[in-house]
Amino acid sequence: MSEFLHQLASGLALGGVYAILALALVMIYQATQLVNFAQGEMAMFSTYFAWKLMDSGWPYWRAFAATVVVSFFGGLIIERVVVRPFAKAPVLASIIVFIGLVLIFNALAGWLYGYSIQEFESPFSGRPWFGNVYMSAHESGAVVVSLCVLALVYGFFRFTPLGLAMRAAAQNPTSSRLVGIRVGWMLAIGWGLAAAIGAVAGMMAAPIVYLDPNMMGGVLLYAFAGAVLGGIDNPFGAAFGGFAVGVLENLVGAYVVGDEVKLSVALAIIVGVLVWRPSGLFGRRLVARV
Amino acid sequence: MSGPILEVKNLAAFYGPIQALFGLDFEVEDGGVTALLGANGAGKTTALRALSGLVRREGEIRLRGMPIGALSTEAIARLGVAHVPDGRGTFTDLTVEENLRLGAYVRSERAEIRKDFDRVFSYFPRLAERRRQQAGTLSGGEQQMLAISRALLMRPSLLMLDEPSFGLAPLVVEEIFRILAAINRDEGVSMLIVEQNASLALDLADRAVLIETGRAAISGPSQALRADDAVRRAYLGY
Amino acid sequence: MTERNALGRVVTLAVFAGALAFPFLASGYRLYQGAQVLIDVIALLGLNLLTGFNGQISLGHGAFFAIGAYGAAILVVKLGLPYWLAIPIASAVCFGAGFLFGFPALRFGGLYLALATFALAVATPQLLSYNGFNAFTGGSQGLTLTRPGAPFGLLLSGDQWLYLFCLLWTAALYWAATNLVRGRVGRALIAIRDQPIAAESMGVNAALYKTTCFGVSALYAGVAGGLSAIVVGFVSPESFGLPLSLSFLVGIVVGGLASLGGALFGALFIEFVPNLAAQLSVNFGESAMALPGAIYGVLLILVMAVMPTGVAGAMRAALGFVRRNFAA
Repeated sequence: MSEFLHQLASGLALGGVYAILALALVMIYQATQLVNFAQGEMAMFSTYFAWKLMDSGWPYWRAFAATVVVSFFGGLIIERVVVRPFAKAPVLASIIVFIGLVLIFNALAGWLYGYSIQEFESPFSGRPWFGNVYMSAHESGAVVVSLCVLALVYGFFRFTPLGLAMRAAAQNPTSSRLVGIRVGWMLAIGWGLAAAIGAVAGMMAAPIVYLDPNMMGGVLLYAFAGAVLGGIDNPFGAAFGGFAVGVLENLVGAYVVGDEVKLSVALAIIVGVLVWRPSGLFGRRLVARV
Repeated sequence: MSGPILEVKNLAAFYGPIQALFGLDFEVEDGGVTALLGANGAGKTTALRALSGLVRREGEIRLRGMPIGALSTEAIARLGVAHVPDGRGTFTDLTVEENLRLGAYVRSERAEIRKDFDRVFSYFPRLAERRRQQAGTLSGGEQQMLAISRALLMRPSLLMLDEPSFGLAPLVVEEIFRILAAINRDEGVSMLIVEQNASLALDLADRAVLIETGRAAISGPSQALRADDAVRRAYLGY
Repeated sequence: MTERNALGRVVTLAVFAGALAFPFLASGYRLYQGAQVLIDVIALLGLNLLTGFNGQISLGHGAFFAIGAYGAAILVVKLGLPYWLAIPIASAVCFGAGFLFGFPALRFGGLYLALATFALAVATPQLLSYNGFNAFTGGSQGLTLTRPGAPFGLLLSGDQWLYLFCLLWTAALYWAATNLVRGRVGRALIAIRDQPIAAESMGVNAALYKTTCFGVSALYAGVAGGLSAIVVGFVSPESFGLPLSLSFLVGIVVGGLASLGGALFGALFIEFVPNLAAQLSVNFGESAMALPGAIYGVLLILVMAVMPTGVAGAMRAALGFVRRNFAA
């Protein structure tokens, strides 16, 4: 039983990472109808940036904060320079652009930092919290950080004028323009935010999956699974989905099939949910007007 | 009255390669109301879209003498032009309150904004009752009230309305037009109204322009258009 | 025959004539690359039918390619079938797999289908190297096939014969695809892509067309995979992962969606441009190991910026420009 609880609890740690990434994916999807396949690689690159800072002597939290800020601006710039020009092009052209971004970030990271696996420091080390036997200190910390990020994002969108404007711009760009909202900048800020929270996800994941240019591939897939499970148009459904997938992944890996085919479990989840409920657990049923 | 708040000369508008307006001329007096009339497809909605920069346009458009023909939609809105589009354009997934707050998005004077909220609720008490309701669940008439209120919260100098009577019951339409007249009279908000319901529009407006396939066929004071029998019968059908 | 059709046919025949002459002009590695291009053309034709003409986005066609490759390999290595029989059988299996996958696909909208097929692509190598299937798949070691020589004593080298064998399949499948697209079926597929509800209300059985299209598209990928197994002589799990599926997608977008002729450009792009990127990166010296990917990524973005509708789209636009401004 305690083994089960242990699997459950540590599943929550990576689940928190998936939840944050799923939220980032949904944010961009809601605003642009595009899935940012490059979200994982961007997060990986941010994590390397943090690692480099700490390697040069920066204390953890200062490196963390700097990375989040730089990632925000990085995401913003990428949206304005690389993604925006394709806003009027066919959807698949944007997908090719994202594939290009994946390749570029992956290769850049390998070139700048090498391909060997690195250890990434966790701010939560030492003894497990409250002396529990189910989660390591980092795992507990990661869950708390994830929940904080989710709460902050929720608060931002729900209670601030800028958050309201961004929601409006995502739902109805034309009406937003008519009230004076600069929709283009809202999109750019959305990308910046997604990149920033992606950076947090990467920094929480790295102590667990170790730092190398390919670390986020599997993580991104699980985040997709979570977003789909929860509903790609519902941010908090997606976050819930992320946690659920994290726990499921661990339980299935431990009790059912073993680590080798865990990724196929993600496939099974995605296809299964979509067949049963195409808009995800909490997504909106889309009714098309004829 | 100090001269027109809006001057439009030679307005042309394009949907891609297709031209929809061909050299339209009209004005809105400062504090006045101008009506754009015409049959379906004549180009009335296109004219408003062109003024707001939502479609490609050419020609001279001046707001209080300042050219706005090359500005983006958001820039034009920030200059005090509030456009209530056809279909209302409400943010259906947001609450009534959030829709209104978005109207005031570009403003920062909190006290004034609160006063405007009060004023708008006094015009449309039904909106106050449904403050926290999701906008998409409101009736057609209430959504129109919401759309107009959001526009008012921009404290516009020019209010442009696209078919405010569309799809609404006659009593509701009467109420809305009564309030529009009050807004124009008491607050001096200039208006440009596109309407298929010619008699309503002519009652409210002081000037009217009849648009026919993208061109101005007749324009002048609204009494003149209303009085002209031949015009009335031929173009307005009554 | 309209002027455009006549020109199109002449160009197509010229291209095939050139392809036919190729094995007698080139040899060795070039010939092998030529066969790879043909294989890619077949896969791209299939994917374009599904995504370009029918609007169903598949990011997982590498999986069907893998089924074709492993299917043919298993039939040849484990069951001793001749290669020319193994390919049709394996591709029939692919058709079945694609058709079956098409059913749940009916429920998903475009984005979800893309995600589901994306997951399929990622999961394929894991499934292929799963220990439980080792008896068939050879696990992570894969399977090796002997490369066949020319039949009937024809005076051709192994490379030449294999190239021509691929060309035979390419020509047949291209001909089949053009007939499909030009006829009633093609119009139905396009109608379903653009206005599904209107199409249904006009009596088009969208579900049948969509699942069948998935099956046909998978069949093409299966033939390509089977040919690949024979030509390369080897199958192993790593070659059938996400990068393969993504390169197919790149191929149809760069070539031109809903353009069968574009498949050739797409195939040439995905076959040669990554090598080009590698060569360019050599100029950057050490640590150049990482750069080919980055250069390829930059090239992808540039190509999309210049030609968002692919090579075929750009050529169509150019032709239209010429016609509008210079035609009599």
